[in-house]
Amino acid sequence: MEPRGPMRRAWILLPWLLVLPSMPWAAQLQVPIGLIIEEHPEHIPLSSLEPAVVDEVVAGAEQGIRDNDTTGRFTGQDFKLSTLDIKRGESAAAAFRSLHDKGIRLVLLDLPAEDLLKVADLPEAKDSLLFNVGSPDDPLRFRECRPNLLHTIPSRAMVADALAQYLAWKRWTHWFLVTGPHSEDKAYADALKRAAKRFGGKIDEQKPWTFQAGARRTDSGHFHEQQEVNAFTQVGDYDILLVADERDEFGEYLNYRTYRPRPVGGTQGLVATAWSRVHEQWGATQFQRRFHEKTGRWMTPGDYAAWVAVRSIGEGATRTGSGDARKLHDYLLSPDFKLGAFKGVPVTYRDWNGQLRQPLLIVSPRLLVSVSPQQGFLHPVSNLDTLGYDRPEVSCGG
Amino acid sequence: MKTASHEAGGLGSEGLTATGARVSPSRSFVPVAVRRILTGLLGAVALWASGAPTAHAYTIYVSSEKDNEITVVDGATLKVQAKVPVGARPRGIVLGKDNKRLFICTSDADHIEVMDLAGLKVVRTLPSGPDPELLALGPKGRFLYVANEDDNMVTVIDVDEGTKVGEIQVGVEPEGLGISPDGKWLVNTSETTNMAHFISLVSRQVEANVLVYQRPRVAQFTPDGKQVWVSSEIGGAVSVIDVPTKRVIKKLRFAIPGLRSESIQPVGIRISADGKRAFVALGPAARVAAIDAKTFEVQKYILVGQRVWNLAFSPGEKLLFTTNGVSNDMSVIDVRRLRAIKSVPVGRLPWGVVVAP
Repeated sequence: MEPRGPMRRAWILLPWLLVLPSMPWAAQLQVPIGLIIEEHPEHIPLSSLEPAVVDEVVAGAEQGIRDNDTTGRFTGQDFKLSTLDIKRGESAAAAFRSLHDKGIRLVLLDLPAEDLLKVADLPEAKDSLLFNVGSPDDPLRFRECRPNLLHTIPSRAMVADALAQYLAWKRWTHWFLVTGPHSEDKAYADALKRAAKRFGGKIDEQKPWTFQAGARRTDSGHFHEQQEVNAFTQVGDYDILLVADERDEFGEYLNYRTYRPRPVGGTQGLVATAWSRVHEQWGATQFQRRFHEKTGRWMTPGDYAAWVAVRSIGEGATRTGSGDARKLHDYLLSPDFKLGAFKGVPVTYRDWNGQLRQPLLIVSPRLLVSVSPQQGFLHPVSNLDTLGYDRPEVSCGG
Repeated sequence: MKTASHEAGGLGSEGLTATGARVSPSRSFVPVAVRRILTGLLGAVALWASGAPTAHAYTIYVSSEKDNEITVVDGATLKVQAKVPVGARPRGIVLGKDNKRLFICTSDADHIEVMDLAGLKVVRTLPSGPDPELLALGPKGRFLYVANEDDNMVTVIDVDEGTKVGEIQVGVEPEGLGISPDGKWLVNTSETTNMAHFISLVSRQVEANVLVYQRPRVAQFTPDGKQVWVSSEIGGAVSVIDVPTKRVIKKLRFAIPGLRSESIQPVGIRISADGKRAFVALGPAARVAAIDAKTFEVQKYILVGQRVWNLAFSPGEKLLFTTNGVSNDMSVIDVRRLRAIKSVPVGRLPWGVVVAP
């Protein structure tokens, strides 16, 4: 049973009864969508096999626009994306205002949490519907929720819970936690600690990573990592090493170099994620191909979050016959909203904090390993709510 | 929380709820195994009682997506007679009007293969456009209509000439294809656009688009041609569309005690020749819904194998065959008693099923 949110409205059902005449149609409804992206710190992947992605998020949003427009051809709706790139330190609020001045009320935000809240709290944002497509920060989901802000990117808590459920299923319950130097690494490690309590994991060993790795391109550089990691991991026994390294600076160096023959998971190795190029179930093959053909690269979790946001708008506009932010907000949070998103079950939004409910993939670098929630982890409302912050844990109403 | 044994069987141990409370152990495979044996015995008795071996000579063909084979099952004995190797990833299959050929969408081979049913050999390939998934044969058996998932097209193939003669632009990820009994309409569903496109077979133009529930899969006309039923896998519903007005006149929903609504994913649809009863395969719910096609009421949820996908009647409609994608078998449903009487192991990831007299 899905929770009963806002009342079912008659207008939601109206377009259902309409017959849509044959194509082509002149667009009758323009649905403009904004996207504000704050420049990411340049990231050179550890492995030379990975391309440095420069159009993350925007490529996913554009895929969403293409998919929406195909439906729009038949329904007379035209979706248009306006993207604003801002540098670090530039005002996201100013960027938002310039979109707002152009009449754009549906905006995707790829911003750090504090900027996200600044935008959401602007007086102009009251009549807008915002989508967080970039920040996994948990406080946005349990303390700092905003009624005009939905999250299509999973929270760290969801990701950690998804991994912890799989490890519980495997009975790999003794963990060695290695945490990187950055605040987001600590946040990821905290999410793992929370997941350990929820799903029976025990953090037997934990150490901060303080070394400078990165000798890949140096001749004979491998000696350094081999020695360093071997010495660093001489701790008591454990089942799996879980690494918190969100910037992908050193985690990749741990696998195969640990003192004990144990697997590595977390931000590298065995990873829980909303999207991965290895995923090909539930029609994902066609979706992956479509994206790859257009962009020449594989879809990332950031692209997927943007795609889901744009498709949510598209699905809402198709069903309600409207591009109005208020109407779409109510529809997306109603029990009527269901979006097919290549995850085998519909994805929906939690009405208490605006977080997208979705299964998460457990992947190795080359294959899908599993999908969480795992069998046996049950929930009275939706098993998907075993991932992340549930209604009773949230203090921001809804 | 009550969970059906086939669903939880894979865990076979205790689970934890999100809050850490213990939940009751899942039921083991044993009852399923016992049930299988029982239904097998009942099936044998039923077949013996109906005098099947001589009464109905027919053959069942099942495509196996993973084994790249067509499994050939004898209708009288329900035994596998042959496994015919075909191109990569065979999914949709359809019988030629002469009952002598089988047309096969070999999706990863990017073409259609034609199997000669006498020689059990692929004798020909037809061009189809990329990634053909499902296909339908026109009323005269000359034109094949193929859904190409990768390029949003329905391709029209002249079977006699072996050439592509047309392309019709439809929504994102075209999937299901249903042809009206009078041969006027081809209804194509598009999985991401969530529409049923009514294509006139005379003009080969899209004449109307009807919004249906999420991820529509199969389109099936009623025998009188007045309705087309469209299953929506993610929406968990079947839309019944009135053909003259192109309006959705009924939304069928399904509820099975102990099962999450997410696991109910309608796919295959078959409607009896008298138009009185419909069967809908419910995917991961491992059930086939038997529905009164006049009142739209579900009469029974028939337990079958896991991830039940497509359906086909035997000649005379005494039996209904299902492909079960996860349990790698074909369930045999006794249509009169509305229960599965036998499970026939076939190739891995069975997908399409067709019966030839």
